[in-house]
Amino acid sequence: MSETWIHILIIVCVLLGMVTIAAGLIYVERRMLAVWQERYGPNRVGPFGIFQVMADMVKIFFKEDWIPGFVDRKVFIVAPTIIMITTLLSFAIVPFAPGIVVANLNVGILFFLAMSSLGAYTIVLAGWASNNKYSLIGGLRGAAQMISYEVFMGLSLMGVVILAGSFNMTDIVMEQKGMWNVVPQFIGFVIFFIAGLAETHRLPFDIPEAESELIAGFHSEYSGMKFGMFFVGEYLGITLVSAMTTVLFFGGWLGPSFLPPIVWFLIKMFAFILVFVLLRASLPRPRYDQLMSWGWKILLPLALLNLLVTGAIVLYNQ
Amino acid sequence: MLSSIRTVWLVFLHMFKKRVTIEYPEKKAFLAPRWRGRIVLTRDPDHNERCVACYLCAAVCPTDCISLQATEDENGRRKPEYFRINFSRCIFCGLCEDACPTYSIQLVPDFEMGEYKRQDLVYEKEDLLIDGQGKYHGYNFYRVAGVAVGVKGKGEGENESAPVDRKKLVP
Ligand code: SF4
Ligand code: SF4
Repeated sequence: MSETWIHILIIVCVLLGMVTIAAGLIYVERRMLAVWQERYGPNRVGPFGIFQVMADMVKIFFKEDWIPGFVDRKVFIVAPTIIMITTLLSFAIVPFAPGIVVANLNVGILFFLAMSSLGAYTIVLAGWASNNKYSLIGGLRGAAQMISYEVFMGLSLMGVVILAGSFNMTDIVMEQKGMWNVVPQFIGFVIFFIAGLAETHRLPFDIPEAESELIAGFHSEYSGMKFGMFFVGEYLGITLVSAMTTVLFFGGWLGPSFLPPIVWFLIKMFAFILVFVLLRASLPRPRYDQLMSWGWKILLPLALLNLLVTGAIVLYNQ
Repeated sequence: MLSSIRTVWLVFLHMFKKRVTIEYPEKKAFLAPRWRGRIVLTRDPDHNERCVACYLCAAVCPTDCISLQATEDENGRRKPEYFRINFSRCIFCGLCEDACPTYSIQLVPDFEMGEYKRQDLVYEKEDLLIDGQGKYHGYNFYRVAGVAVGVKGKGEGENESAPVDRKKLVP
């Protein structure tokens, strides 16, 4: 098989794999939330309720996909696709195992940051196009949230970049052979994870959605598969941030050799996905001004400090 | 900040606790004997209908879901000609049971009355009337009431004195 065909195979596998994982997360999340709330969760359809995913999928595909008359039709239709596209594009730079990466870009991290910022358009556009005040408030909050976390998200990763001396994800993983980045870059890890929570709009930072305040925020008016896209996009986002955390701070595919690299990667990634669900199960949602002031007043200076100290140490050691 | 981390840890520990869910169709929750569920019409110890069609339950019902029509048998005993409860409207408040002077209408611990059609939730007298006495045993309205309807003669009821001869009351 020629080089190109292998490449296409990798692309198809990553695409299908990620979408499948994202769909499977619907089940994982419901089940794990239930476990942490002393319930059982869906356990009727198939063994351990595993076919619940299929039932949910069938349901959402066959639901009426209704577009309200008062919406801005074109933007309304485009908005949900943005999050799916940008998140799936971000997976292009994630190295799953040696050689299994769609695009080994030398600006990998920047590409990821760019794509995740574009994802914010989904919320703003959906909120605007819905022509509904709750959606609009949700969209505004999405924008406010975006300007508060994007800055320190990028800065928190710069420590890793300094240590590796490269933006390339594969280089970053190889650099962690001796010690995972989470040890020298612990602050960076914490800040990035908080930013990742905000970036995926997961609880406790589901401020643009906020069911208890805004009905469903920016996707109040969406139904059927368009709503499903937001849903899958959110789960894709979780998978992406978990994968990025694994790659940047926990040594990617590195691990003792009795398991293949890809398995190590998946184990680490799923551990972070479970942390996402655990946080959803336990933490309440802050007000969005609290998130903003927290981001600008605490996390941003902390990220800068982290960057400064890391840079100083690296320079000193040279 | 620290309290948030503590919260996360405590929630994590819930993983190892016992599940509180009762897996319904296989296992059933305990329903107390006085649980307010499906409504029945009961019979007295002589196996006659207790209901005297006084309309008190229909009058007290906050959702107006009881509908009945009174009639009398050859002895002058009142009973409902039809008795209809629309369970799609009933809120199981139990006020009808409180209002009933004859212990006829009673709420029993049963809630499994799901139907596919709303109309099937309208229960007629045949569906409501049970053979037993329900929760309150031994009570027979016409044995303590003054009126004679073939259950007992005049003055023969419990705690009832013999009828006064009106002509003897003349001073
Ligand atoms: S339980 Fe309440 S709502 Fe139901 S029939 Fe009796 S009075 Fe009416
Ligand atoms: S059920 Fe009781 S309250 Fe209702 S009409 Fe009959 S006797 Fe009266």
